Amino acid sequence: MALLAIICLAVLIAMAPVAIAIGDFSRARHVVYGVCLAASFALLVVALTALLGSSGAPSVATLPLGLPWLGAHFRLDALSAFFLAVVNLGGAAASLFAIGYGRQERAPWRVLPFYPAFLAGMSLVVLADDAFTFLVSWEFMSLSSWALVMAHHRESDNAHAGYVYLVMASFGTLALLLAFGMLAGPDGGYAFADIRAGHPSAGLAALVLVLALIGAGSKAGLVPLHVWLPLAHPAAPSHVSALMSGVMTKVAVYGFVRIVFDLLGPPEWWWSMVVLVLGGATAVMGVLYALMQHDLKRLLAYHTVENIGIIFIGLGLALAFKAYGMEFAAALALTAGLLHVFNHSIFKSLLFFGAGAVLNATGERDMEHLGGLIHRMPQTAFVFLVGCAAISALPPLNGFVSEWLTFQAILLSPQLPSWGLKFLVPAVGALLALSAALAAACFVKAYGVTFLGRPRTPAAERAQEVDQFSLSAMYVFAALCLIAGIVPGFFIDALAPVAQSLVGNSMPFQAGVEWLSIVPIAEGRSSYNGLLVFLFIASSGMLAAFAIHRLASDKLRRGPAWDCGYPDASPAMQYTADSFAQPIRRGFGTIVFAAREQVEIPPPGDLRPARLTAELRDLVWDWLYAPVAGGVSFAADRLNRLQFLTIRQFLSLVFAALVILLLVLAIWP
Amino acid sequence: MAVIFDLAVQGAQMLLVLLLAPLLTGFVRKVKARFLRRQGPPVIQPYRDLVRLLRKEVVLAENASWLFRVTPYLIFATTWAACSLVPTFRTGLLFSWSADLIAIIALLGSARFFLALAGLDVGTSFGGVGSSREVMIASLAEPAMLMIVFTLALIAGSTQLSTMAGFMISPEVGLRVSLGLALIAMIMVAIAENARIPVDNPATHLELTMVHEAMVLEYSGRHLALIDLSAALKLLLYVSLIACLFAPWGTAAPGAAPQALAIGAAAYIGKLAVGGFLLALFETAIAKMQVFRVPEFLGAALMLGLLATLLLFVSRSL
Repeated sequence: MALLAIICLAVLIAMAPVAIAIGDFSRARHVVYGVCLAASFALLVVALTALLGSSGAPSVATLPLGLPWLGAHFRLDALSAFFLAVVNLGGAAASLFAIGYGRQERAPWRVLPFYPAFLAGMSLVVLADDAFTFLVSWEFMSLSSWALVMAHHRESDNAHAGYVYLVMASFGTLALLLAFGMLAGPDGGYAFADIRAGHPSAGLAALVLVLALIGAGSKAGLVPLHVWLPLAHPAAPSHVSALMSGVMTKVAVYGFVRIVFDLLGPPEWWWSMVVLVLGGATAVMGVLYALMQHDLKRLLAYHTVENIGIIFIGLGLALAFKAYGMEFAAALALTAGLLHVFNHSIFKSLLFFGAGAVLNATGERDMEHLGGLIHRMPQTAFVFLVGCAAISALPPLNGFVSEWLTFQAILLSPQLPSWGLKFLVPAVGALLALSAALAAACFVKAYGVTFLGRPRTPAAERAQEVDQFSLSAMYVFAALCLIAGIVPGFFIDALAPVAQSLVGNSMPFQAGVEWLSIVPIAEGRSSYNGLLVFLFIASSGMLAAFAIHRLASDKLRRGPAWDCGYPDASPAMQYTADSFAQPIRRGFGTIVFAAREQVEIPPPGDLRPARLTAELRDLVWDWLYAPVAGGVSFAADRLNRLQFLTIRQFLSLVFAALVILLLVLAIWP
Repeated sequence: MAVIFDLAVQGAQMLLVLLLAPLLTGFVRKVKARFLRRQGPPVIQPYRDLVRLLRKEVVLAENASWLFRVTPYLIFATTWAACSLVPTFRTGLLFSWSADLIAIIALLGSARFFLALAGLDVGTSFGGVGSSREVMIASLAEPAMLMIVFTLALIAGSTQLSTMAGFMISPEVGLRVSLGLALIAMIMVAIAENARIPVDNPATHLELTMVHEAMVLEYSGRHLALIDLSAALKLLLYVSLIACLFAPWGTAAPGAAPQALAIGAAAYIGKLAVGGFLLALFETAIAKMQVFRVPEFLGAALMLGLLATLLLFVSRSL
């Protein structure tokens, strides 16, 4: 199995030079994306076979690559198989989307060679079974995605986005490198099997946890390490944005789960406190940031931050339960988190595809320049609506199921004995509820301003529906949103081996429950049946429509909009993205973003227009990054003098360094 | 046989809520009018309005999309689905396992999501005002409601509404601080969710503070009828919810004899009348608040809900 996966990955990596060799852009596009689609699909089948197959034993492979005394270990166990499936489902759909979307790529040679490499990098990370292979794959994934972010490097802001991404990615990898170094111990047992066997001391384990949170968290977008994400994700071409937001963040979650749940041994109770606080803060901050945006892709990227928070809340709860030996509850919380990983990869990819379709059709990412696209792009509008409803956790779609499971896990947590958790968990529950409600507001705004209303610019007025490949990729994911929402039991069952291997228990078997309901704990406690809810809504809606049209009236007349008798011809009178979010900016933003509004009304007789200026500050950037960046440039300025020393001064510096080193060696015990 | 009987009860409940909802709205209006020393329209006026609207043709704005036309049906269907899962005269509804209280709240959230989208569809400034304010209100009302659900679920040990309602009748409940906090929070949320005074005014049409009415401004004919009916259903839902959780007396248990059902139905109608009367009294006594005060009002509800949940995390008996 693992070998089969590696062959597929070798094919993907080989596509990078092939892409350059083909030369003709149109052919290269078809070949590269076609092969990526096939390879991803093959990997998806491999992953699903490994996950659902009856043999529980992980499949391993060792290649004579990398460190000569170590080799490159690969292993396909339940956890890897699940994430491999998530990665390649996203990869397959993105490749399908790109066959059509890539036609309008302005810089194809900056995208085509790196795209298969990026796909392969992500799959390699989840397959790696030793620290060296893991880190090399991780860095390979980071760098290939960085190259894709820089594809349109001449556009304003993209170079900055690439720079911030590169710095944050290197910083994250450094943290992971240190974490694995600690885990491997002085003997250097870098294979995961060796790490698993040795149990680090409590202090060391805590340090590894913090480093894993920094390393994986910076890639996933945990607040306050999220700053690169809303810059870099939108800068890449849209199918790559979908992969980065929908899939690469999940690879980061994998890294965290692998280290903390698998390699690190039994958890301490307070670990979960750290994870829960970070998760809760990330969820609310992410969605508030998203609400303040008017660039569609940036809004989606910020919203990824929120979902990462939700996933980490699930993982944090699982850690808490695991620490106290409540394996059943841990399995529920972990399954909720992982199901949200799957769900988010589906709907976030779908939404980025939709944003890409809008970008291709209008050349605009700024929502303030869009509007009314539902008339010009009805199919894109429909699938985007499905994505918006799913991500807003509306039943009967899939986003609701994972949030519902997380709520169920929270309701189990009064049994936790620790007082810290007793106070923290309800607060985190409130944050989760708040972020879910704000997410709905955010997507009403995103959809309403982009697709509804009247077109705000000629570009939006002239939009054309996108091609069949892009549409089919979006339809597949929209259908998956619905399927995973109405029969979630099958997806929960598929996660059972993962939970079993990580926390030693799994949720009850769901496929056998009557009527395809899901019953996470016990029949009398809670149950949910998406299928029935869906059928009921569909049938009563259609029944109402049928009855009213038959028995009452079905007459319809088109007329000008009423608008309380204030007809106005200008689309500029509509609510914009900024004005839509204004009440929320006023309610939450004054605290979170130090938001200020200034109204400037000229005196009577003065013909200048009145102005409203809203100012938002990113406090994380101001308080955390700006001082660090300032400190670095201050130090660089001071050290700059070293470049202009005379040869005597250099020699004395070298001599002093030598003396100090020798002294250290002499004093060192 | 038992299944058929349960099915009949479930069907009866679905019809009952549909039939009673406009009556409750009419009753509240009548009581309010009497408090203001007006005669007021007859109690059955909402039915007449619905019938009249259903017969009229729809005047659709020129650039309204398919979403605008589908939304009334979607809102009606989701609200009705939610409403038919709230126990009215009998607990242990047949389909109660298909969606628990969290799902019921989320169903109402779906309805609001689409209504807010419909407000933006025509591209008028009034629709935008309404949608923008509605999501602002919802962004606090929904978490507050979920905290209340947490409180109740922790007390009853279940998120299923029928089980909760059954537990609330049983003598195990007793008086609890957390229940009191949850009740206050729930009333605050219910007022906001149903666009009642002091949050929104259901009777105005041309006022800058309007929220719900601004969103549905472009609707007419059968579409408006469905939206009005959904609004009435939602009001009924919240009154029933408060009644079945905080005033469960008289509600028939599953498997009860027909007499018990009759008592349950009578008790239910009595509770609706009391609830409607109290709502009208409250609305008459209080002034509408400024729209940017609403977050403070709902923030208080959220804090009360959170406090109630925290108390239960600290001790199961509080």
